[in-house]
Amino acid sequence: MELNQLTAHELLKKLADKTISVEAVQRALDAQIKKTEKQVRAYVRMDEAKEQDLVASGNLSGLPITIKDNICTQGLKTECCSKILNNFIPPYDATVITKLKNSGAQIFPLKANMDEFAFGPSANPWNLECVPGGSSGGSAAAVASDEAIWALGSDTGGSIRQPASFCGVVGLKPTYGRVSRFGLIAFASSLDQIGPITKDVEDAAILTKIISGYDSHDSTSVNIAVPDYLKNLTNDIKGIKIGIPKEYFVQGLDPEVKIIIEEAINKLQSLGAISKQVSLPHTEYAVPVYYIIATAEASSNLARFDGVQYGYRAKSDNLIQMYKQTRAQGLGDEAKRRILLGTFALSHGYYDAYYLRALKVRTLIKQDFDQVFKDFDCIVAPVSATPAFKMGERTTDPLKMYLSDIYTISVNLAGIPAISIPCGFTKKGLPVGLQIMAKAFDEEMIFKVAHAFEQNTPWHKVKPKL
Amino acid sequence: MIYQTVIGLEVHLQLKTKTKAFCSCAIDFGQAPNSGCCVVCLGFPGTLPVYNKEALNSAIKVALAFNCKIQEHTKFDRKNYFYPDLPKGYQISQYDLPLSKNGFLDIMVEQNFKRIGITRIHLEEDAGKLIHEGEISLVDFNRVGIPLLEIVSEPDLNSPQEAFDYLTNLKSILEYLDVSDCDMEKGSLRCDANISLRLVGAKELGVKAELKNMNSFKGVKDALTYEVKRQADLLDAGQNLQQDTRLWDAQKNITVSMRSKEGAKDYRYFPDPDLTVFIIEAAMIAQIKTQLPELPQEKMQRFMRDYALAEYDARILVNSKKDANFSEECINSYPGKEKKSIVNWLIGPLLAEANCRKLKLHELGINQKELVSLIGFVDRGEISFLCAKSVLTQMLDTKKSVQVLITQGNLLQISDAGELEQIIQAVFAENEKSVMDFKSGKTNALMFLVGQVMKKSSGKANPKVVSDLIQRKLA
Amino acid sequence: MSIDKEIVKHIAHLSRIELQDNELDKISGQLRDILGFIDKISVLDIKDVSPASHILPISNVLREDIAHLSLSLEKVLENAPSKKGNFFTVPKIIE
Repeated sequence: MELNQLTAHELLKKLADKTISVEAVQRALDAQIKKTEKQVRAYVRMDEAKEQDLVASGNLSGLPITIKDNICTQGLKTECCSKILNNFIPPYDATVITKLKNSGAQIFPLKANMDEFAFGPSANPWNLECVPGGSSGGSAAAVASDEAIWALGSDTGGSIRQPASFCGVVGLKPTYGRVSRFGLIAFASSLDQIGPITKDVEDAAILTKIISGYDSHDSTSVNIAVPDYLKNLTNDIKGIKIGIPKEYFVQGLDPEVKIIIEEAINKLQSLGAISKQVSLPHTEYAVPVYYIIATAEASSNLARFDGVQYGYRAKSDNLIQMYKQTRAQGLGDEAKRRILLGTFALSHGYYDAYYLRALKVRTLIKQDFDQVFKDFDCIVAPVSATPAFKMGERTTDPLKMYLSDIYTISVNLAGIPAISIPCGFTKKGLPVGLQIMAKAFDEEMIFKVAHAFEQNTPWHKVKPKL
Repeated sequence: MIYQTVIGLEVHLQLKTKTKAFCSCAIDFGQAPNSGCCVVCLGFPGTLPVYNKEALNSAIKVALAFNCKIQEHTKFDRKNYFYPDLPKGYQISQYDLPLSKNGFLDIMVEQNFKRIGITRIHLEEDAGKLIHEGEISLVDFNRVGIPLLEIVSEPDLNSPQEAFDYLTNLKSILEYLDVSDCDMEKGSLRCDANISLRLVGAKELGVKAELKNMNSFKGVKDALTYEVKRQADLLDAGQNLQQDTRLWDAQKNITVSMRSKEGAKDYRYFPDPDLTVFIIEAAMIAQIKTQLPELPQEKMQRFMRDYALAEYDARILVNSKKDANFSEECINSYPGKEKKSIVNWLIGPLLAEANCRKLKLHELGINQKELVSLIGFVDRGEISFLCAKSVLTQMLDTKKSVQVLITQGNLLQISDAGELEQIIQAVFAENEKSVMDFKSGKTNALMFLVGQVMKKSSGKANPKVVSDLIQRKLA
Repeated sequence: MSIDKEIVKHIAHLSRIELQDNELDKISGQLRDILGFIDKISVLDIKDVSPASHILPISNVLREDIAHLSLSLEKVLENAPSKKGNFFTVPKIIE
């Protein structure tokens, strides 16, 4: 195997043993990118890549990590792949970046593609005609194609877990408040979290430990000690109680996916876990609630993209026209749609019926999970109702797009952690992800269960043929 | 037609914390434009707010000083609108759960005090500054993020003068707390006014105008005075008023309509998800209460109690923190337990001198030892009260010492009966009729005769001794 | 809940996004569909439920009043689409 095809923990061992150099890893990555990036399009602004001095120090020995284009990296363009943030160079590092640098990571000089896809969409390495999922599609495609060793993405309503599932890699959304959001370009403030996208569970555990922790720059960052997640990789889940939510196994779930998930649950049982059906009664309201809260918050968070201090500005001699043209020309269609929806939900006369009501239903959704976690250690479910769909298949119908988030959204609303790990392939060779959820700040349980499953199945070792 | 004026005032107060509301930028007004900003107050993508503990403490102090009820659960909300001086496209403010509500402030109206309700005091952040230059505007973000308090009064003010008095009282209390520079000219205190007229006795409020752009307390009063007449004239002419925002033009002394086509603004307030709720517990409030200085209301009660002052007089002394301090220092410098003398001097001759020179008490520049010395002369009967007042004036004018002035002016009171006898005899000789009047029972004549002796002695005779002598002589 | 073109126009103005006429039609239709779907939450009985405006059980997060260095002027203006001297510039407001 080439160096870039190894996991981070394998490489770190070799780096520590000095059997390889970090330059060799970089060369391997470069070679892979040369070979497959034209088809995969995981990265953006390729032509602007700057040479970086490799400093092989710290725990991570200079190992490169790929960062999604919505996480601020000092001196390195961060544009959310959107015209509206054209040429934005942050004068500061996101807290997670600082933590990574302090651990000796090298921030990969190319940022990972994402929705708004101003540079064109990434492709799924398992089938280049299919989407990689979103919005951390570039990060997932990079890891799946070995164009990255590991990556950071962000998850607001499934945007780490869905691409991880579609691309056959591991993706974790930590508990809300576990990882600092300072430096993450906000979409929906009460839902966003940064998380790892990796080749296996051990890598995810390593990364999560590094990026987690209290940050005084983030008022929503929780001051709870970060456990050593590697301690949970014991390959022992005997007696673990798993809840299977019945509302997630209804019409709309692709029959192939359903079978694969059920087989995965059987696997967990064969490893000693006890599974039982549970109910999350307000599941059907999650999508509408999400789309009110997320768009309302986004409509406010994206108001700063007005052409005044940074990013794109349309030419005009009139301020109001400048605002309107800048945002009309700079923002993508989906971003505009969400802003309009969110503005409507908050507007005078509609606030009570939409936003306030959605906040209350959110409480009910959270209570559903609290109830289940009283008796169960984790919840297992699909990540997506379907495997990766063909490009262009859904984008003309926003509502259909929104419904594909149905299994991931509740997690963000409840603020709990959840992971997607590979658990099989469809007949057409598309990956299917298994979702494991736990109660708030119990990433330990997730890693325990995910790792045990992974170590007893072959899925994480399968690579796409590119 | 007779209308009742109804005024409500909205005051924005900059807190003088060391750093801004939501970031650690130092607040420094001398800086070059855009030199006192950071990624947070500039609203750069990815940044998050964290509230200033000292700002919260100051805000609670202000709320307590105005007798407000503090909200146990309070939160920040986003006020969304687009303007170049607002980097995030929203202002972090408070909407439905403000820090405090239902307070009051007392003002004096024609010798009586009147309670003006304070609807709410809440937290928010300041915006940047725009400078218009022809076809473009220049934006300076130094001011963005400075912590503000918004203090909203009930529409309980009924004249421009009352509005003026409300503002001066507000400022004097805020000076006591030392939480703000309260300077309208520098912009650390800003005031918008809402004014409407209604027929006397009417229950409903009239159509209001919102007045902006006043740069001083006097400006507020003048703008309101103009507006009262403008609205009254319109109403008299049978015209309907439209709700309006008007700018005060201090050069032309008129208000001008802004007439924005926008209509009612929709700020789409919602709870800011980047900030936590704040639970203000009783223990925290009690702790902050101990940090409060003695406030004007309390000080006034104490002055009334300890120095047997009428409320009116006490109010005058405590009205400004510096005057109150000055008064207390004078009182404490005065020897002995009985302070009536010095207090009377403060509210009498000293206040008169201050008013006449258009200064505050503490600005008179009087040396407290000298003052006490002067009063001592009067207490011992060595100079007359009348003389002493004149000495005071001279002290203030010439800065000469009491001793020097008394000696140079040969002002020592004549209390020696022998000396006085001569003058009294002279006066008797010149005023035989008055002598007769007194002897026949007209007691006024005594005062007249005493007055004549004072005159003849150039004010140096001791009036009490003179009065006694005259009465004995004519008994 | 019906959302007609006039409302969408107003919302677009509030959001400072210029919509062309054909966009207006398309977006109005899409928003109508989405809102129709979202309306399903109106059936729930939420009378006694408190709103989850903050999902974390933390409160009173505050910062000490201690100054840190501000950003250099150069960095402040580095990304400015338009500047003059120390200032950002914007076109003037025409009512």
